[in-house]
Amino acid sequence: MIRTHLPPLVSGTLFGAGLALGGMTDPARIRGFLDIFGAWDPTLAFVMGGAVLVMAIAWRFVPRMAHPLFAPKFSLPDRTDLTPQLVGGATLFGVGWGLAGLCPGPGFAILAIAPLEAVVFCASLLAGMLMHRVLFDQKAKAPAHASQ
Amino acid sequence: MILPGFPEAAPLAGLAGGLLIGLAAALMLLGAGRVTGVSGIVGRAFGINDSGMSWSSAWTFVIGLPLGAFLVATLKGGFDPEFVPLPLLAVAGVLVGFGARLGSGCTSGHGVCGVSRLSQRSLVATATFMIAGIATVAVMGVL
Repeated sequence: MIRTHLPPLVSGTLFGAGLALGGMTDPARIRGFLDIFGAWDPTLAFVMGGAVLVMAIAWRFVPRMAHPLFAPKFSLPDRTDLTPQLVGGATLFGVGWGLAGLCPGPGFAILAIAPLEAVVFCASLLAGMLMHRVLFDQKAKAPAHASQ
Repeated sequence: MILPGFPEAAPLAGLAGGLLIGLAAALMLLGAGRVTGVSGIVGRAFGINDSGMSWSSAWTFVIGLPLGAFLVATLKGGFDPEFVPLPLLAVAGVLVGFGARLGSGCTSGHGVCGVSRLSQRSLVATATFMIAGIATVAVMGVL
């Protein structure tokens, strides 16, 4: 119980703390990063760079491990196909990201900081996910549909 | 620390935050054997997608997010996020949720976990949502 639930709890807490520390809980900062033709705020690039740096190291351990520390096996995305869905989905995602200055991580992380805005954004996000499920139900059930 | 030319930027805090996010994702990868895609984990917690980690693990991660952010906000003090109006937040939320499912991931799954692994799909997705986000903010600035 503790063995399986402590890693996601610690991971989620670290993730939320990192977002807040890096200023990613303020939509103005995210929109400032995307505003390259205006008053550009490069902070998000440092956040992304720091996270990618640690993860690039972490990935190198994976091939040398028979199994994860607290789980029987690795369950990692293995798709390599570039599809219209990938590009179309990322485009819609980017438009929403730019409009609000929020993506799923920060949206849920601010639930205790700005409850009203967070609930409106998160509820809409879940509604959007549900719309996808209703429209693409068969695909949602296929095992190949694993998310990154 | 102030970055020359960018008075608004917080490079050191950003880097420190990024390292914490990287540690969070590394713990999930090496501990649970999974990538940290927040949209996928949230979808799992709310029963929208069936694949991925266990339902209870997904919930413990989702509960951790506001917990960690709240702890830092309390310690740091002076959090004053600026939001766009609520109707716009709602429209954006639907686009982000639908787009994350259709595109198999979001900023964390593609942008951090996939890019650091040099996944071609994630590199394409990340470049695409960055360009779309930049275009959106630019268009909103003109309107």
